[in-house]
Amino acid sequence: MGNKQTIFTDEQLDAYQDCTFFTRKEILRLHGRYHELAPHLVPMDYTKEPDCNVPLALIVNMPELKENPFRNRIVESFSEDGMGNLSFNEFVDMFSVLSEMAPRELKAIYAFKIYDFNVDNYLCKEDLEKTLNRLTKEELTPEEVELVCEKAIEEADLDGDSKLSFADFENMISRAPDFLSTFHIRI
Amino acid sequence: MEVDSVFYTDRSGRVASNPLLDQLPSYQSLLYRRKSSTSTNKRKGSTRTRLSSSGSGKWGGSTVRRQDEKQKAQTEQRPIRELAKTMAEKRRNKTQQLEEARDLSSWRQWKQNTRRNLRKLRDDAKDWLSSLQLWRGDIHMIEGMFGTGILSYFSFLRFLVMLNLIIFLLMFGFVMLPIIIASHSSGNTTYNQNDGSVCSVYPSSARRGLVIYHEHITDLLSGGGFLEQTYLFYGYYKVDKIFFSNATYNLPLAYLLATIAYLFLSLIWIVKRSATGFKRSLVSDEDRFQSFCNKIFAGWDFCITNENAARLKRSSLLYELRTDLEEERIKQKIADRTRKEKCRIYLIRLILNLFVIGVLAGCFYSIYVATIFSQEAQAKYAKGNFIVDLIYEYLPSIVITLANFITPLLFSVIINFEDYSPAFEIRFTLMRCVFMRLTSIGVLLFSLWSQITKCGDDPCICGYNHVLYSCWETRVGQEMYKLTIFDFIIIVAVTIFVEFPRKLIVNHWECGLTKWWGQQEFAIPQNVLEIVYGQTICWIGTFYCPMLPAICTIKYFFIFYIKKVSLINNCRPATRPFRASRSYFFFLGVLLIGLALACLPVAVSVAQINCSQACGPFVNYTTSWEVLTTTVYELPDGVRTLLLTLSSEAFAVSFFVVTCLAMFYVIALAGAHKRVINQLREQLVMEGRDKRFLIQKLCQAQRIPSVKSPVSNSRHRSSSSSSPSYHTSFSNNFNEALFLANSPPDSSTHV
Repeated sequence: MGNKQTIFTDEQLDAYQDCTFFTRKEILRLHGRYHELAPHLVPMDYTKEPDCNVPLALIVNMPELKENPFRNRIVESFSEDGMGNLSFNEFVDMFSVLSEMAPRELKAIYAFKIYDFNVDNYLCKEDLEKTLNRLTKEELTPEEVELVCEKAIEEADLDGDSKLSFADFENMISRAPDFLSTFHIRI
Repeated sequence: MEVDSVFYTDRSGRVASNPLLDQLPSYQSLLYRRKSSTSTNKRKGSTRTRLSSSGSGKWGGSTVRRQDEKQKAQTEQRPIRELAKTMAEKRRNKTQQLEEARDLSSWRQWKQNTRRNLRKLRDDAKDWLSSLQLWRGDIHMIEGMFGTGILSYFSFLRFLVMLNLIIFLLMFGFVMLPIIIASHSSGNTTYNQNDGSVCSVYPSSARRGLVIYHEHITDLLSGGGFLEQTYLFYGYYKVDKIFFSNATYNLPLAYLLATIAYLFLSLIWIVKRSATGFKRSLVSDEDRFQSFCNKIFAGWDFCITNENAARLKRSSLLYELRTDLEEERIKQKIADRTRKEKCRIYLIRLILNLFVIGVLAGCFYSIYVATIFSQEAQAKYAKGNFIVDLIYEYLPSIVITLANFITPLLFSVIINFEDYSPAFEIRFTLMRCVFMRLTSIGVLLFSLWSQITKCGDDPCICGYNHVLYSCWETRVGQEMYKLTIFDFIIIVAVTIFVEFPRKLIVNHWECGLTKWWGQQEFAIPQNVLEIVYGQTICWIGTFYCPMLPAICTIKYFFIFYIKKVSLINNCRPATRPFRASRSYFFFLGVLLIGLALACLPVAVSVAQINCSQACGPFVNYTTSWEVLTTTVYELPDGVRTLLLTLSSEAFAVSFFVVTCLAMFYVIALAGAHKRVINQLREQLVMEGRDKRFLIQKLCQAQRIPSVKSPVSNSRHRSSSSSSPSYHTSFSNNFNEALFLANSPPDSSTHV
């Protein structure tokens, strides 16, 4: 309704609405944000599905991500090439998973990816230590870091392999009361 | 720890991928796409789960396809957007679904289409509704700057604004609107008659003659004088019945029922709002709630966009982690306490608790004395100095505010000597403050009532002291009105005269004292107690002062902006962070306590104390509750017997018994669920161990080149050649070989 937009075809918008948690208006707004990241790279007309990627460096400078200690990991988890360059599909996907309406299970899957720094499908002690150091900007002493990671693994590890598999992580997240309210970005 | 043969690392420290592990369904759902998988994207119209680049391509194309189909069947039941796939895959899913849909019958197509359209409609409606929400932009900004803890305070404030507005609309719609309509339309109204007895004498309190301007201000601030004879207070509602063309409107009944309705509505709305938070906090254990995992993985607020806020969040996380480590240490220390130390601690705690009780008793007594003094001073009408007048009027409010200011400081000092764990310290101090705040209102009302029902030495003729309190409900309403106004004035005054100067002093004058004082902290619990206190007054006062909810709505509206400005300009967030998850439970729990406390005085005054005969809608009845019983007796037979049965003792007892049974059932169910959860958790642990054990064995079988014991081998081999099934035997003795009858193609090279 209103003025006709020429950025997407109707089918494309329909598809986006079904595949994400955004409405049509929000998708158009997201396209605007994506375009202003790299105006010379990103075409305004997406009806032909152009294949363009915005590099990692531009995306992590977005105001929503700038202060996040995990911004690099977030963008890398959603990028297909693993290097952090996002196409528009992946851009929308990222913010859809991080929106308020995404269910807990979906968020848990991506949270696990984000915190898995060495990409081995386990949150081992090194991953936890890296997470903690990013969170506190290395202001905890190494002994404190070690103690905290030990306690965290002790709390969440169910199968006794002293690292957290996805099952452990999901079980722990379902009991973490703050997860849903903190793991979301408003855009 | 021994070298783990399952998860062996190569020299670089990375875990080398194990081909067997990669084929487990639980792995495949998580692995990342590598570059090689982009080549498979070119394939049209096929649903693919994420596969790793290594391993599974060769092993079982058939197993993968079977998994594909099973996955497809599962995913069809969930909406596409909830799947953990890339956007491109989801869109392919959708096109595939559309293609499949064309094959379905038209009925199914129509059903799918309507379901999709309804979902879109619901999303659009939700979007539109949330854009209508009050203060959406402001709250978004606060969330970005200060995180979700403080955000919960402001959304709580917004909730109270809406609640008060709805309560006001309720009272207005059922009590004031009919009167206004009747005066404009052709309705006949009967008023309460003055029957000439001594109880119905109502001296006018309007000022006569030349009125000095500041007396108007006194009236406005104290609800007396010209305000007393307005719709603001109970005493002005003198209408008895309104006769419309085809119905009679019984105003006293409407007044009473509206009161019950707004209390009930508040209860339901608060319970509904707290249900989600309560469910979540039931799932998480008490101890785990402060857990390290929760802080590490769910600690960072992804909403923060401000550099300052990020810095503060970091330092608050740091503080929390350090506090938790400290708490672990203290728990250890408590467990190590000797008996002598325990006795000493308990003695100290006993003495300090007695001290706290003494302080509380002193505060309550001073409130009582102040109320009585204020009432007597007003009764004497000693129109002296304007300021002195106001002070006499506001004396109870001043004493309550002073008490509520001093006692939290005292409690936070005392708690340090009682040697509890830090988490318990916070909770216990908070409980004491809640108790203090809400009970002070109760004491005020109690002292008011003791004055109203005291008539010197003889029992009261009219059931209340008609000489001093010819219209006692209006007087109670005036006290509540004064409390509300004074509360608002104090909040504004503290913000302007304490917080702004504090910021200026601390920022511009560097010295040891200012550094110790520091910048103002936005202490969430104290602020929440403040507004819950105001809301409790509103609930109590609405029966006596029907326009009080409107005043409270406006008050909270202004408080939002004042607090927001103060927060942005003056405050830094508290060093002791307040978790958003806890806040749902805390805020709404305290609000429920306030509601319960508010119901009590209203119930007592409606049912016990005789209503005044000189004013108000209940003149023709002894107590306000009587209007309901009289109406019930006038109802037609069937309905009357039903209502009488519902209120009889037999029904009440049987209802109570049934409720107890239901409660026992639910408790037993909860206990059973907890047991099942523990069992499942143990089972999960066992499954994990089983998996590791099996994979260890398989890896060993793949690596062992020759069989150690020949005799058993040949016998096994001969038996296995006849049965081509996949056959393994496990034994405790590692030397005995394990081998597979149908070995995977890869392992042929290893054997």
